Amino acid sequence: MKRGLDGPAPEERPTPAGRRNKQGIRIDPEVEATHQPRRTVISALVEHEPGVLSDVSGLFSRRQFNIESLTVGPTDDAELARITLVVEETDPGIDQVKKQLRKLVPVISVRELAPDAMRRELALIKVDAERPDQVAAVADMYGATTVDSSPETATFEVTGARQKIDAAIDTFSQFGIREISRTGMTALARGTDETTGPSPADASVSAADEANQYTETADDD
Amino acid sequence: MSERAASVTPTEADEQDDDQEQITDSAAPDAAADTGPAETTDSESAPVTTGAEAVIRALENAGVEYAFGVQGGAIMPVYDALYDSEIYHVTMAHEQGAAHAADAYGIVSGEPGICLATSGPGATNLVTGIADADMDSDPMVALTGQVPTEFVGNDAFQETDTTGVTTPVTKDNTFASDSDRVGTDVSEAFALAREGRPGPTLVDLPKDITNGETDAEPDAPTTPDTYQVQERADPEIVAEAAERIENSARPALLLGGGVIKGEASEVCREFAIEHEIPVVTTMPGLGAFPEDHELSMEMAGMHGTGYANMAITHCDTLIAVGTRFDDRLTGGIETFAPDAEVIHVDIDPAEISKNIHADYPLVGDADTAVSQLAEAVDSSPEATKWRAQCQQWKSDYSMAYDAPDDAPVQPEFVVEALDEATSDEAIVTTGVGQHQMWACQYWTFTEPRTWVSSHGLGAMGYGLPSAIGARLAADDDQEVICVDGDGSFLMTLQGLSVAVREELDITVAVLNNEYIGMVRQWQDAFFEGRHAASDYGWMPEFDKLAEAFGAQGFRIDDYDEVADTIEAAVDYDGPSVIDVHIDPEANVYPMVPSGGDNGQFALTEDQL
Ligand SMILES: Cc1ncc(C[n+]2csc(CCOP(=O)(O)OP(=O)(O)O)c2C)c(N)n1
Ligand SMILES: [Mg+2]
Repeated sequence: MKRGLDGPAPEERPTPAGRRNKQGIRIDPEVEATHQPRRTVISALVEHEPGVLSDVSGLFSRRQFNIESLTVGPTDDAELARITLVVEETDPGIDQVKKQLRKLVPVISVRELAPDAMRRELALIKVDAERPDQVAAVADMYGATTVDSSPETATFEVTGARQKIDAAIDTFSQFGIREISRTGMTALARGTDETTGPSPADASVSAADEANQYTETADDD
Repeated sequence: MSERAASVTPTEADEQDDDQEQITDSAAPDAAADTGPAETTDSESAPVTTGAEAVIRALENAGVEYAFGVQGGAIMPVYDALYDSEIYHVTMAHEQGAAHAADAYGIVSGEPGICLATSGPGATNLVTGIADADMDSDPMVALTGQVPTEFVGNDAFQETDTTGVTTPVTKDNTFASDSDRVGTDVSEAFALAREGRPGPTLVDLPKDITNGETDAEPDAPTTPDTYQVQERADPEIVAEAAERIENSARPALLLGGGVIKGEASEVCREFAIEHEIPVVTTMPGLGAFPEDHELSMEMAGMHGTGYANMAITHCDTLIAVGTRFDDRLTGGIETFAPDAEVIHVDIDPAEISKNIHADYPLVGDADTAVSQLAEAVDSSPEATKWRAQCQQWKSDYSMAYDAPDDAPVQPEFVVEALDEATSDEAIVTTGVGQHQMWACQYWTFTEPRTWVSSHGLGAMGYGLPSAIGARLAADDDQEVICVDGDGSFLMTLQGLSVAVREELDITVAVLNNEYIGMVRQWQDAFFEGRHAASDYGWMPEFDKLAEAFGAQGFRIDDYDEVADTIEAAVDYDGPSVIDVHIDPEANVYPMVPSGGDNGQFALTEDQL
């Protein structure tokens, strides 16, 4: 018996001219447009309850979103916590990150911060204290404060933008770094611009138009 | 039997003793005085006294009629409260079955199905069914017992981090931590399962919380403030989309499962018919549009009809409603409806432009948003040529199959005969594999909520337990037919004990090819016919197995037995199983290989 169905074979069928790229966007096949990933800061206001952090981190691993850092801490409202995420994704990817985050029930609002937002990290840097004068000079240069010192070690705290901390670590390394501990980034919007939209309806989630690039200016205000 | 009931492990027994002590400790005399016997007999109005009672009260307040589950140590307080309730509990043979039954109940009724399980293995056994509901956005509430709070984190007997395990496969879950609040936790879970894009929710119930004393009546089922659903689509985009539709030369409607869940079948039908737009459905969208209508192109995707895939590939405007553009539907993204501007209606903003870019994103409830569109479209598109083309494709790529008398019974014929023997309202459930695809292709679906299957997860074993859940949600005059595969049936056939005990009128037709047929088909096409672990070689006699369970067993080997046997099985008032010995070499066509071009579907193996 005959197996299968009748009909024109694949090569006998008309085929459309168009194509889509991997993100499902219709493209001109001649000039395939692909989105480049960019780094951006996303701030989420969440209910301060157990499980939220694992909800958020699980979401990122499950959906293969590229995340560089995640910090969480309380806010002025005891019921709420703020999570600051640094992600590196294409524009459609960033849009997905925001929407998927917003979908988690304990998440109240999600916002991508403007490029001029205030961004800070903190690092504890423990170095050999063999050349105390030189170490102190470097610390001074980066505005680092001494947190601890012993006959053999000195530990400094540096805060600032990521580039500043990278540079500080780089410079301290000449003395021999024993240990480092860095936080991820925490951030707030500038001036009257609010990091959290006033209403949980958060218009910024749908406003994918914030295509403003987060440029890595070592702004240190 | 008594032996099993008595064989409680020492730990479990100890734990129960502990709890008993707690109850006697806390059930102070004044509480007993409050609730006199006269009041307690009236379960409607008797105030709650424990967390467990609050849990059940929350379900009662939500209008729950059925629950599916299996007893066990940590969930015992909840069952004890259920004992006095009007809610009818169906004891399942396996928790996976409880979850699938609840899932199917949710699909058919539109209201969340409820499943219960104890901690540890009970909860982990539910996971397949919860994951299935999550993939298919089916409303479901799972209530799991948990070890007492003070033991949590100590690897106690039957302790599993259930909220941890289920976080990726639930819409939301909660670890109950307060007896005064646990009823409201359940109310909220119920509301969340149902509202917006439906899905499974879970409340993990530590035994001390359910045993704990409380007089807190649960709040009415409402979603938390942080949960927001946009009902109406943006009117500006609606207007733009309407204009696009009016000016379209090759429009197509793609109706997904969201149309059925959003009760939008009616408005979609009217819209399609008024503007004469050809209609394609996804697999979960089966029943959203009558397949016997001229405009119906039936199902698209991997095993969709050739004409549906041609229509979707060549349209210039795709009005997609309630679909998440799963890869089994789209095939390769590059070649999916590549000339089409996409109007995407979905209640979940995260589905917009997730897989396929939406040129007109319409976030909103399907019924509301399609009504808005219908209102905004003033003139029908001029698409006479396109419609003629679609009709031409329907004849070019007809689903007519070869079924010579001297060959073994062809499965398509059996599906058609089952469809013939039942009403338009009959409900079809399936396992996963070739038989599932034949059911999609050869059953003519005309009504929403009559197709119950495991789409996104593709879980073998779904068929029988989902038929049990569907039966309890369906009207009495709706037949419930499970089109199963031999392999899929084997995974959950212990559910027959439930169907017999509960006297459920369902008919299971096992399309028996003694193969893991779908795998065998792929091996023939892509692995040089090397049948690694796909040939069962031996199968029990399902008709006799059915009889052993107390169900009615039937068997079909030849064409001339098909009609009569099906009639007898469908007529039988109770569970029946037909072991249908089909052509083991039968394959499912058309087929778009994974990631392939929908328009290049294969009609025969050599086209793959
Ligand atoms: C739980 C589970 N395990 C494995 C698979 C992979 N799988 C997909 S179809 C299939 C064969 C199913 O056999 P059967 O139920 O007899 O259906 P047939 O294809 O023969 O109609 C298998 C093993 C699955 N989908 N689900
Ligand atoms: Mg089989």
